[in-house]
Amino acid sequence: MQFLSYLINGISLGSVYALIALGYTMVYGIAKMLNFAHGDVIMIGSYVVFFAFGSFGLNPVLSIVLSMVVCTILGVAIERVAYRPLREAPSLAVLITAIGMSYLLQQVAQLMWTSNAKSFPSVVANSSIFKPVSLFDGQLTISAETIVTILACVVIMVLLLYFINCTSAGHAMQAVSEDRGAAQLMGVNVNATISLTFAIGSALAAVAGALLCSSYPSLQPTTGAMPGIKAFVAAVFGGIGSIPGAFLGGILLGVIENLSKAYISTQLSDAIVFLVLIVVLLVKPTGLLGKKVNVKV
Amino acid sequence: MKKLISAALASAMVLSLAACGSTDTGSNASTGTDSTATAEASNTGSTTPIKLGGIGPTTGSAASYGIAVMQGEELAVNEINEAAGYTVFEFSFEDDEHDAEKAMNAYNTLKDWGMQVLLGTVTSTPSLSVAGETVNDNMFMLTPSASAVDVVETGDNVFQMCFTDPNQGVVSADYIAENALGTKIGVIYDSSDAYSSGIYTAFKAEIEAKGLEIVAAESFTSDNKSDLSTQVTKCQNAGADLVFLPIYYNEASQILIAADKVGYKPTFFGCDGMDGILSIEGFDTSLAEGLMLLCPFSATATDETTQKFVASYEAAYGETPIQFAADAYDCVYAIYQCVQNGSINGDMSVSEMCEALKADFTTMTFNGTTGEGQTWEANGMVSKPPRVYVVTNGEYATAE
Repeated sequence: MQFLSYLINGISLGSVYALIALGYTMVYGIAKMLNFAHGDVIMIGSYVVFFAFGSFGLNPVLSIVLSMVVCTILGVAIERVAYRPLREAPSLAVLITAIGMSYLLQQVAQLMWTSNAKSFPSVVANSSIFKPVSLFDGQLTISAETIVTILACVVIMVLLLYFINCTSAGHAMQAVSEDRGAAQLMGVNVNATISLTFAIGSALAAVAGALLCSSYPSLQPTTGAMPGIKAFVAAVFGGIGSIPGAFLGGILLGVIENLSKAYISTQLSDAIVFLVLIVVLLVKPTGLLGKKVNVKV
Repeated sequence: MKKLISAALASAMVLSLAACGSTDTGSNASTGTDSTATAEASNTGSTTPIKLGGIGPTTGSAASYGIAVMQGEELAVNEINEAAGYTVFEFSFEDDEHDAEKAMNAYNTLKDWGMQVLLGTVTSTPSLSVAGETVNDNMFMLTPSASAVDVVETGDNVFQMCFTDPNQGVVSADYIAENALGTKIGVIYDSSDAYSSGIYTAFKAEIEAKGLEIVAAESFTSDNKSDLSTQVTKCQNAGADLVFLPIYYNEASQILIAADKVGYKPTFFGCDGMDGILSIEGFDTSLAEGLMLLCPFSATATDETTQKFVASYEAAYGETPIQFAADAYDCVYAIYQCVQNGSINGDMSVSEMCEALKADFTTMTFNGTTGEGQTWEANGMVSKPPRVYVVTNGEYATAE
C-alpha cells in the first residue's frame, strides 16, 4: 500500500515533467534548438492563471485558455525577437541566447510580482467532474490534480502525434525537421512553421504551468526553472525529438525520483536520478525512444 | 624596548584624549549659563554624539533584510535623540550588497567617517570578514542578524542580538521535551541550506539527549523542492506525532498543504524562518491552525514594547517590521542602555569604548522587542527566553 502511494506520487510528478518535456522535445525536434526559456514561459503562464483564477475568480478553464493565449503570444514574440535573427548563427549562440532569455523572464517577473512566493489555488479543487479517488477503504488517495495531470498529458500527446502525422502543417514540421533547406526549396515556409512550433510549445507550457502549480502550490519567479531542467532531462532520457519518448521519460523520471526518495534516501534522490540518466545514456546514447541523431554542439 | 615605546605612545594618546575631554567640558562650562545643565553634562560624561555605523545589503538579493535593519536602526536612533533632547547618536549606514569584499569597503568608509561602534553586518558571510577586521581595530561589533556561530567566535569584541542557528535547535528541542508536545519526532529540513541543517544537527543531538526519538529525518534541497509529498508521507508512515520544520515558510506552506491532502495531522513546529507563513498570498491559513513556532519577534505580539515599536515603524516606513528590523532596533537600544549606565560617551576612543561595552554587555540585562531579560555570554552569544507562538484563528497567540 505504501509502495502504491509512493508510486502514484511519482507518476503524478512524472506526468508534470512529461507535460513540460513535450514542449522541449517538440521545439528541439523541429527547430533543432534547446529552448531553455521554456520553464520560464511556464512560470509566466502560472502567474496569469494565478491572477485570473485566484485573484479575479475567473472560471478555471477560461483562466487556462487566457494563459494559453498569453503564453502563445509570448513564445512567438521570443522566437521572433531572440531566436529568428540567429537562425544561421552557430548553435552555441542560440543556446546562450535562450539561457539569457530565461534569466530575463525571471528577472522581469521578479520586478513585476516580487520574489515573495504565492500559494497557488488548485484549478481542479472545486471541480464537479474530477474528484479525488479513494481506494482500499481510504488507505490510498489519488488526488484530483494527479488524475487531471495524467489525463491531460495523454490527451495532449495523442493530439500532438495526430497533428504532426496527419495534417499538412504537421507534415511541414516534419519536413523542416528532416532538412530545413530542402523543405524551403519545396515551398515550405520555414519561418512560419517554426513560429507555429513555438506557439504550440508555449500553449502547452501554459497548461503545464497550471497543472504544475496545482499539484505543487508554490509560485515564485524561479518556479519554472528547476522543473524545466528536470523536464529537459526527461526529454533527453526518453530520446529528445521523440514525443512518446518525452512522455515515457517524464513518467520514469518522476517515478525513479520518488521511489528513491521513499526507499533509499531523500538526501540522495537527485544523485540517483542523474546516475540512472548517465547509465541509460551510456548504454543508449539517443535515449530510450530516440532516433539516430547527429547532435551538433 | 618596543613595548616601552608603544606604552609611552599609548599613554601619550590617553593623555591627549583626556586633554581633549577636559577642554570640552571647559568650553561647556564657559558657554553654559545654567549650572545644573553643566552638572548633568559632566555627570553623563559628555554630550558628544557617539557615532554608530551600520553595514548591510540595501541592494541585491538580500536587500529586504538590509533595508529592514537600516530602518530599524534609524528609527531607534531618531527616537533616542528626540527623547534625550540632544544628539546622543549619529548614524551612518553603508551598503554591502551581501558581498564580503564590499562589506570591507563599507567598513573602511565608516571608519574614515569616525565610527565608534559597528551595528552590523546583517548577513553571515560578510560578517565573518568584517569581524576579523574589528578584532584588529578592537572595535565593538554587535550584529543584529548574522546568526552563524563563526561570527561570534572571531573575537571577544563581537556580540550577537539574534540567536545562533544551533541555539534555535537546542531551545526548540528543550521546549518540545519540557511541554511533552510529542514523543515520536519527524523532521523535514533543507539539506542544501546552512541555516536549516545547522538547526537540525543541534536539534537532533538535544532531542536525543532528552530521551525523545526521531523516527523520520527527511530532507530536500533548493534544487529539488517542488514535490515534498514523499517526505510528508514518510513522516506519516513512521508515525511521527510532531514534525519539526526548521525551514523557511515558503516550503513549510507546501508541506502543510501536502499533509492536508493525505489527512495527516501531527503538531508542526517551526523556527523563526516560519514567521511569514500567514502572509503568503493565496495560502489557506486554516491549514496552519495549531502550527507552533519559536520566534523571538512577531509583529502581532501584544506586549507593550512590541506594539509601540510596530506602530512607530509602520508610521515611519509604511510597512510592518520583520524580525531583522526588531533585532536592529534592539541593538541601538542595548547600546543606549550602556550610555545611560554612564559607562560610555562620545569622547572615548574606539578601543576604550569596546572595553567598556564588553564589560557592560556581559553583566547587564536588556529588555527589548525581541525578548525580556536578555543577557550575553562572554563569547558574545545572546541568551533570551524562548517565545513560542501557536497559530490560532489565523493569528499568532502566545503558547501556554
